Amino acid sequence: MFESKIPSGPLAEKWTSHKNHINLVNPANKRLIDVIVVGTGLAGSSAAASLAEMGYNVKAFCFQDSPRRAHSIAAQGGINAAKNYQNDGDSVYRLFYDTIKGGDYRSREANVHRLAEVSTSIIDQCVAQGVPFAREYGGLLDNRSFGGVQVSRTFYAKGQTGQQLLLGAYSALSRQISKGKVEMFTRHEMMDVVIVDGKCRGIIARNLITGELERHAAHAVVLASGGYGNVFFLSTNAMGSNVSAAWKAHKKGAYMANPCFTQIHPTCIPVSGEHQSKLTLMSESLRNDGRIWVPAKKEDAEAIRKGTMRANDIPEEDRDYYLERRYPAFGNLVPRDVASRAAKERCDAGFGVNETGEAVFLDYASAIQRYGKTEANIRGLRNPSEAEITKLGKEVVKAKYGNLFDMYKQIAADDPYETPMKIYPAVHYTMGGLWVDYNLMTSVPGLYAAGEANFSDHGANRLGASALMQGLADGYFVLPYTIGDYLASDIRTGAISADTPEFEAAEKGVQDRIDHLINNNGSKPVDDFHRRLGRIMWNECGMSRSEAGLKKAIADIRALRDEFYSDVRVPGTADQFNPELDKAGRVADLLELGELMCKDALERNESCGGHFREEYQTPEGEALRDDEQFAFVSAWEYTGDPSEANLHKEDLKFENIELKQRSYK
Amino acid sequence: MDLTLKVWRQNGPNDKGRIETYPVSGVSPDMSFLEMMDMLNDQIIRDGGDPVAFDHDCREGICGMCSMFINGEAHGPNRGVTTCQLHMRSFKDGDTITIEPWRASAFPVLKDLAVDRSAFDRVIQAGGYISVNTSGETLDANAIPVPKAQADEAFNAATCIGCGACVATCKNASAMLFVSAKVSQFALLPQGQPERATRVQRMVDQMDKEGFGNCTNTGACAVECPKGIDLSNIARMNRDFLSASASEE
Ligand SMILES: Cc1cc2nc3c(=O)[nH]c(=O)nc-3n(C[C@H](O)[C@H](O)[C@H](O)COP(=O)(O)OP(=O)(O)OC[C@H]3O[C@@H](n4cnc5c(N)ncnc54)[C@H](O)[C@@H]3O)c2cc1C
Ligand code: SF4
Ligand code: FES
Repeated sequence: MFESKIPSGPLAEKWTSHKNHINLVNPANKRLIDVIVVGTGLAGSSAAASLAEMGYNVKAFCFQDSPRRAHSIAAQGGINAAKNYQNDGDSVYRLFYDTIKGGDYRSREANVHRLAEVSTSIIDQCVAQGVPFAREYGGLLDNRSFGGVQVSRTFYAKGQTGQQLLLGAYSALSRQISKGKVEMFTRHEMMDVVIVDGKCRGIIARNLITGELERHAAHAVVLASGGYGNVFFLSTNAMGSNVSAAWKAHKKGAYMANPCFTQIHPTCIPVSGEHQSKLTLMSESLRNDGRIWVPAKKEDAEAIRKGTMRANDIPEEDRDYYLERRYPAFGNLVPRDVASRAAKERCDAGFGVNETGEAVFLDYASAIQRYGKTEANIRGLRNPSEAEITKLGKEVVKAKYGNLFDMYKQIAADDPYETPMKIYPAVHYTMGGLWVDYNLMTSVPGLYAAGEANFSDHGANRLGASALMQGLADGYFVLPYTIGDYLASDIRTGAISADTPEFEAAEKGVQDRIDHLINNNGSKPVDDFHRRLGRIMWNECGMSRSEAGLKKAIADIRALRDEFYSDVRVPGTADQFNPELDKAGRVADLLELGELMCKDALERNESCGGHFREEYQTPEGEALRDDEQFAFVSAWEYTGDPSEANLHKEDLKFENIELKQRSYK
Repeated sequence: MDLTLKVWRQNGPNDKGRIETYPVSGVSPDMSFLEMMDMLNDQIIRDGGDPVAFDHDCREGICGMCSMFINGEAHGPNRGVTTCQLHMRSFKDGDTITIEPWRASAFPVLKDLAVDRSAFDRVIQAGGYISVNTSGETLDANAIPVPKAQADEAFNAATCIGCGACVATCKNASAMLFVSAKVSQFALLPQGQPERATRVQRMVDQMDKEGFGNCTNTGACAVECPKGIDLSNIARMNRDFLSASASEE
């Protein structure tokens, strides 16, 4: 099953014509069909709610204590849609084009165009649900700009856009739960998928309170289990984010696509010490107004690192606004991969501004002045003083970014209204994921993947504010239709039984793995291994990668995995509330995934988007793609050993966009 | 820093529970409170013990999962932050810190510091939504203008993270602040008007069924709320509830 199923016909008509031609399940028959949705983030909640509304019987699962707490809740900056409310020339085509270009020409035209098409419905839908987006004084919706684009198409709710969108989807889900159309299983973890006669027919789940294993059968299973950035240990992802659901599916036949395509986000709070458990993002929206710089003179950078000089002591002419210098057309709003590499380049060259030398400044001083002046004009103040302007400017900045500034203050113990923030790139998002066809079905019939868990729309680099868009597009507007095409042939199947040898074998496999971990009696806690895995991945498969480094990483990960199985200590028992055991299972899977990521990075002998191979760069240090040889999706088939996986290539055809070297200059 | 931790240990909902004392040393002021707890657990596991169970996920103050009662205060001594955003620089070398779970009969303890807050989900399921289908076949978003001030107020109410600190703080374990935040969000928006009366009635009924206590207007909840949810939401909900009940009679 390795066919992209991209509909024929002109690009702009593919989705409509596809919807008109696929099989449907009539409402009476939907009641005979069960669907499992794993995950209740934007993709899972919206999918579960929509499927239930259409009439399917849905079971939804999440490992948190409430569906509302999925990692999507943490998204800050915003969600894109081609509404063109600002009348700045935006259109479905432009959003499509920006996304393909931003992804460095490694995504499917048809999928991306569909995403751009449905983007406008998302905003309508969310407003109808009562999502409180930011508004202008006239009462209409406000927009901001994000990296890699030259229009304002990002809708937002202060720095809490993900929270508000997820609470919207959660409310739709709650409505279906109250109607009995969705049965919700919180504090449950999917441990394996069950394949019967080549089709996915259910899952084995573990009740995280009692430790009991449960069998759940269904006609189809949707994985909306999020991304795997936590393979790096330190990332902006929530602590529980993991790859296990996707990885278990991979081991049962679902291909993993482009696993090495990782997004390193340029604006995060730098690492402060060994104890660090996660990194905190400072939303990309801050690059709308903030200016990024380092000292132009090395001695100034050294003085700042030593603490003998402060940012504000450095005169304007001795500052290097390196993004504005290198990329005048996009300036501080270049895409994330470009901004991250540029920060690393400056820091590696000795211009970093914190004790570790791994930080750059994000400065709000000029934005405060600019907003202050405008606000003074609005209020009709004549000849306002410097102090008045600054005060007004700070108020505007506070209204726009207040919660982000507060968050920074909490963590860094420094006041960003007075001195520039210090930021550094951190792992943030995974473009790679389960391979899916145009219908979002994986290579296993009946098994679907939505949201960050699939690979579908972002190529080698995701543009800001596009993950929320994709999650809700998949869940509200794509999957509910495309799943019918498959389920139409299942209306006479009847209920699926969980009392079969396949379920029994899957359950036993899960039990054996748990027993092994619990009885291991090693000496080191799970985190010890997770941290070490993270270090290997960050050093060798992070912002820049090389053949030698990746080969070494593969060997190191294999050794670490062996050590994990012989020396990990998992306290407690399997039949109790035991977060350490949950974590051990997840880290075991990350230890396999990491190896496949390195293998994928090693095989891709080009640089594109977030995948930067040192061997392949332009003289100016930009990513050097090789479209002749690598304009394909790498889809890996598991064969029993992560780095012995089989590579299947899905060629990417660009019929509407000309392949070009990406330029933001 | 060296600290003495007095931590509530309880093996399950039926265990009586007790405080246990743990010394921890080498705590950095830059650590978050939860990173300090990670350090404690690392130590306990290496010594062959049973680590302290606690809930957490985002570690940036937005998921609402973390929930510790620290030195007698929900989310600890600082205002406007969750437990995961509390940093050890708020404590001093030599301090003794007492750490307990949320205590409310509607939030039974699962283990140690982790409690079951599913009652909140059931209150939302009772009516915390606008009954619109997700087909996308709705009005254009800008066809429903909302005055900025009102939109901002709805947004403020909507920022509740469902952590339960308000309940844990209230001597009656009342959930009024949480419920009123959701009721207010929709009451302030034009989209929320058609179901305004039924929504508040259903949610309040469910809240009572879950065993949350009555509100006696002490205002303690709003003081400890990490998101600054305002008491005016409770007043708005009370008004809506009364007028909904009156029009029913
Ligand atoms: C700090 C931060 C800020 C961001 N800001 C933005 C932004 O401004 N704009 C934007 O577009 N994107 C942003 N992103 C990216 C975006 O938030 C995510 O990509 C997106 O929310 C993922 O949604 P999802 O539904 O695919 O998965 P998630 O929200 O991660 O949900 C995963 C779900 O799967 C469940 N799950 C996982 N494994 C299992 C299992 N084995 N068993 C049972 N359940 C399981 C979890 O319980 C959870 O419910 C941001 C990301 C981060 C980290
Ligand atoms: S009202 Fe405040 S304290 Fe109560 S649940 Fe919401 S955020 Fe937490
Ligand atoms: S862990 Fe998410 S709010 Fe504290």
